[in-house]
Amino acid sequence: MRTSPTQLLTSVELARFVAQGYLRLDAVVPPEMNHEALALLPNGIPGVPCGTPVADAYPEGSFPRRLLELPAVAGALRGLVGPDPTVDHHAVHVREPHEGYAQPLHGDAIIDVRPDAFDVQLMYYPQQVTADMGGTLIVPGSHLRRTNESDTGRYQNLRGQTRLVCPAGTVLLLHHGIWHGGRRNDSDLHRYMFKIRFNPTVPQVRLSDTDDLDDPAVTTELSRTFPWYEGATGRLEIHNRVLLWRALTGDDSFDVEHWVTRVTNRPALRSHA
Amino acid sequence: MTLRQQVLVLYLATSALDSHVIGWSSYDGTGATAPTTGDGDEPPYQDGVAALRDGWRLIQASQLLPPHPGDEYGTSFLKHEFFFEKLPEVVESEPQHIQQ
Repeated sequence: MRTSPTQLLTSVELARFVAQGYLRLDAVVPPEMNHEALALLPNGIPGVPCGTPVADAYPEGSFPRRLLELPAVAGALRGLVGPDPTVDHHAVHVREPHEGYAQPLHGDAIIDVRPDAFDVQLMYYPQQVTADMGGTLIVPGSHLRRTNESDTGRYQNLRGQTRLVCPAGTVLLLHHGIWHGGRRNDSDLHRYMFKIRFNPTVPQVRLSDTDDLDDPAVTTELSRTFPWYEGATGRLEIHNRVLLWRALTGDDSFDVEHWVTRVTNRPALRSHA
Repeated sequence: MTLRQQVLVLYLATSALDSHVIGWSSYDGTGATAPTTGDGDEPPYQDGVAALRDGWRLIQASQLLPPHPGDEYGTSFLKHEFFFEKLPEVVESEPQHIQQ
């Protein structure tokens, strides 16, 4: 894929992704492509075999290929999954007008607790999504929870959840584990979303712009808590984020509030007495 | 007239019933309402005791369980789940009419 180095993900943006489990790129797809998508998506986009390289899955000039070559999209994807990811699968999701039900809160695929790798799911919204159109429900900071698919379906609402409202041409990039669901569409319109899941093919280490790696805003992002966290478990979330950040940067000394350093301090293992 | 069950599930910030609500769900056996995923951003009560004061009966609370050895730092489901119920009377043939 072509990328624009000027739009490569920064360390602060990567830290935001590690903390909240997704990035949001508002209106990054131009109107003419959104119009094209609204004609294309109702008919579906033919599937590709799991693990197909992007270049093979989406020929030069095809709509998905042009979507992925938009500088903001390409730069963010490269910072998260690196060059040459493969396409796990893609799908056109439609929330029917007045369909009367919402999806249960879920994580896609199956429980996936890889400590040093993650897939990214791109969600593209070609039309403006208003409050009554059933925009995707997303729970920030839920991606590191060890739950399986829709076992979280009992949770209807969580404080700080995001009920997506967005301008046309918005793209979300989500960690594979994030809790989400299509909400009930109470409008008169079909709501379309095109999703592509990407598998990395390279180690996800220092793939983003590292010039700002020491920016204090990195620690600020990684220290965030969310309103639905229980206080005690929220501390564990930060602990687990630190481990992921260490894996993504190769910096085994990074910490937030000494959370990891403290509980891994084992003087007896270093003693020669 | 007959009884129907309404269920309210509150997720609290600690194991204390008077700690604040971080998540909520409800199910309505009267058929008068149809709560669902992502249908609101504000909880019905600020804490568990507020629900008691409004007539909800606590019927189940999460146990306090130690973490599995080796998984002390893992996070998963919400820990502090409280189930409440109300038993309103309804007109049997017209489930929308609630008498409370």
